[in-house]
Amino acid sequence: MSTRTALSLQNGAATLQDKVNDVLRLAQQLGASQAEANANFGTGFSVNVRLREVETLSHQRDQGLSITVWLGHRKGSASTSDLRPDAIEESVRKACALARYGAEDPASGLADVDRLAKSIPELSLYHPWAIDPAAAIDLATTCEAAALDFDPRVTNSEGASVSTSESLRVYGNSHGFRGSYPESDHSISCSVVAAEDGAMETDYEYAVARAAADLPSPAEIGAEAGRRTVARLGGTKLETCTAPVLFPARVARGLIGHLLSAISGGALYRKSSFLVDALGKPVFASRVTIDEQPHLLKALASAPFDNEGVATSERRLVDAGVLGGYLLGSYYARKLGMQSTGNSGGAHNLVVHSTGETFADLLKTMHRGLVIADLMGSGVNPVTGDYSRGASGFWVENGQIQHPVTEITIAGNLKDMFLGIQGIGTDVDRRGAVLTGSILLEQMAIGGS
Amino acid sequence: MNTVVAPETSLARVRSQVLDAAGIADHDLERALGALMRGTVDNADLYFQVSRQESWTLEDGIVKEGAHSIEQGVGVRAMAGEKTGFAYSDELLVPALLQASAAASAIVRQGQQGRVQAWEPRAGHRLYAPIDPLPTLTDDDKVALLQRIDSEVRALDPRVKQVVASLAAAHEVVLVCASDGAMAADVRPLVRFNISVIVEQGDKREQGYAGGGGRFGYEYFTPAQVLEYGREAVRQAVVNLDAVPAPSGEMVVVLGPGWPGVLLHEAIGHGLEGDFNRKGTSAFTGRIGERVASDLCTVVDDGTLPNRRGSLNVDDEGTPTRNTVLIENGILRGYLQDKMNARLMGTESTGNGRRQSFAHTPMPRMTNTYMLAGPHHPDEIIASVKKGVYARNFGGGQVDITSGKFVFSATEAYRIENGKLGAPIRDATLVGDGPTVLNRVSMVGNDLALDTGIGVCGKEGQSVPVGVGQPTLRIDGLTIGGTGGGDE
Repeated sequence: MSTRTALSLQNGAATLQDKVNDVLRLAQQLGASQAEANANFGTGFSVNVRLREVETLSHQRDQGLSITVWLGHRKGSASTSDLRPDAIEESVRKACALARYGAEDPASGLADVDRLAKSIPELSLYHPWAIDPAAAIDLATTCEAAALDFDPRVTNSEGASVSTSESLRVYGNSHGFRGSYPESDHSISCSVVAAEDGAMETDYEYAVARAAADLPSPAEIGAEAGRRTVARLGGTKLETCTAPVLFPARVARGLIGHLLSAISGGALYRKSSFLVDALGKPVFASRVTIDEQPHLLKALASAPFDNEGVATSERRLVDAGVLGGYLLGSYYARKLGMQSTGNSGGAHNLVVHSTGETFADLLKTMHRGLVIADLMGSGVNPVTGDYSRGASGFWVENGQIQHPVTEITIAGNLKDMFLGIQGIGTDVDRRGAVLTGSILLEQMAIGGS
Repeated sequence: MNTVVAPETSLARVRSQVLDAAGIADHDLERALGALMRGTVDNADLYFQVSRQESWTLEDGIVKEGAHSIEQGVGVRAMAGEKTGFAYSDELLVPALLQASAAASAIVRQGQQGRVQAWEPRAGHRLYAPIDPLPTLTDDDKVALLQRIDSEVRALDPRVKQVVASLAAAHEVVLVCASDGAMAADVRPLVRFNISVIVEQGDKREQGYAGGGGRFGYEYFTPAQVLEYGREAVRQAVVNLDAVPAPSGEMVVVLGPGWPGVLLHEAIGHGLEGDFNRKGTSAFTGRIGERVASDLCTVVDDGTLPNRRGSLNVDDEGTPTRNTVLIENGILRGYLQDKMNARLMGTESTGNGRRQSFAHTPMPRMTNTYMLAGPHHPDEIIASVKKGVYARNFGGGQVDITSGKFVFSATEAYRIENGKLGAPIRDATLVGDGPTVLNRVSMVGNDLALDTGIGVCGKEGQSVPVGVGQPTLRIDGLTIGGTGGGDE
């Protein structure tokens, strides 16, 4: 099975290169002054086991081609999942036709030639998993069983899933750049329901990695899902108050995620960011330092080049609280009179430096306050930084978790929250583009009864 | 209201457009379904989809980009008991179809080939014209529409500093054929206009947003209609320039009509989807016939409203959509079902089997979910509140099906003091408990409104267009999360 998919990815590489070349040639023939094409191909499957029985087996196979052309500085785009020559030609023609209606915009165009990646570092992102659906079902069964057996109060399940996928991306542009690399992603997840006194709670645990060998055992993941779920039983509301709040690593990633949106080129240019003109200024407490490390081996957000072929490179984004850079692709970089930072398509591994405390240390430092289990809703205003979200979690007294709390809100302003960071844990969560430990905030408004 | 189409007409047209073009004949469909119907398989289906989308975006007063996309493929599914085997292909070709069928059928042990029923064309509703909306306006006119609204909006208020407007359309053609004999097609137009503005006053900046659309052509976006969206976006942004911090804690909340119906979608709708109730993971599980709301509340999910964004002639399993009563005078009446969950719960599909695309499996999903009008004048409702919050517009919401806890985020809200609207308040999240919140509804307005056609619902990673609506509601106690402290 794995040899077959690996083969098809390799064949895919050659085929996709050809398609990209076809697009660029055709665009030139149709009068485009610049063009770029992104082709992708992916394959994989996922299984879900619920209450110890297979529930779903789902095979995936995706392909797509997206095309951008410029007539001077007028831009048109098209994409297609149909990669037959006729469909590709129609898409290129459509992109050219659309470009004719675009307005002349001097900032619009390919990335500058001197910014393109000259070599493609091997980042160890492709580790096919030699597993067939039957073996994946066994893993999922083991995982769910560990959750169901964790505690008698675990009474129901949304199931455990195992999924594996491999994909290949080819990017080419009319500057002559061609880049391609394969990737793999494998994951195990489990979500169960616990009940007590007529009330139900649910929670989940998951793991995701480039290589299956780096995944924790299914039983560990299941037991953690069980532990998390049972811990939420018996939650009560809190009295409305103001208190310190501890974001465990998994939730803290989202907190830093709000930084990413606020320092992205489009938001800055449109001034729809609470961090407009913040470059070179303190936006975090001075204990906060954040690096971007695009070439971390096997990391989930590593990439040798960005969506425009621009080389990615390591840099310090926040130095002792001071914002040292933005996340820019070529277009908004030009609009802002700056240079692309290789972030067309997003951030590549933001590593938040720990201040050295364990999670238990942070609880002690907090002394009395709220630990978040889960946040809900989209209550973040990107323009003003106003932050207000639904929450559930645990109340802490004397540095010890006392009891679960639910149906509350936490509110503040991201500017104050970032400046009020008291500590960053050593318990780094590596399951996404932001790699951070738990984050302790000085105080937030908590809405309850 | 719902005339029935002679099924052959649209079906025949779609068949030729989707299948003939791909060289797929009837016997290929039979072979694919036959390959799926093995052993203990209860039902199997093939879902063909061809869709084209376009979008035009204006920023800085110029149309920066037009984008066009083509998506097509076939999803095949075999269901046995609670098991589902699924595979898809983005190649509409016979070998790909058969390969996907073989992969999907691997979910069940090999066995005797099951029976495929003779196809019977299913009559769907005729809720919208089976048109391709993309060419309903020339490309020149699309560009002109966006440019006009940009200058009109900037002229409305000198504080407007940024305008981003977009125009988008999708033409989706689907064909379902299932082993139970269902064969149905649907041609689904969908258009949308969005505008967001940034206003500046001194060092304050605020954003406002408006938009709308539905299942028709671009002609819906008349200059007056588009200007209306522009005015609304500017109005919301300007209101928030003067906003004060929201209070925090539990208080009386009055929700405005229309889009605030996102409350019902989160608090009630998701919890009544058949999959969660079949599995017993919803806070509403086993509560049919029980009181879950005050007797002022009647809530329906209606997929049969003409031209609405959330409406469908047939769902993605070929079942005609319905108007399903979820809560009647406060009593829980029904769940939303797709075929599989209906079969497992011993009932029938309510026409709510929906999927994002051929590459996703169907699930029970909402269509247009709203509460029927009640007896109270909206002014009377606000006048009844001594101290509280009036929430007129919302961003999104989210729910935890199992605990029943939900949130939704107000983007335009005001204090109510002694029965009168006071200062606008900053963005605040409202949090509540689905199975109990509607018991606290003490007044229901006579001003039922549906949203303007902007809803997108996400569930298990799949997005589908939906509608929501409600009249003005008074809720005697919701927790609001601001920074302005508790009210004494």
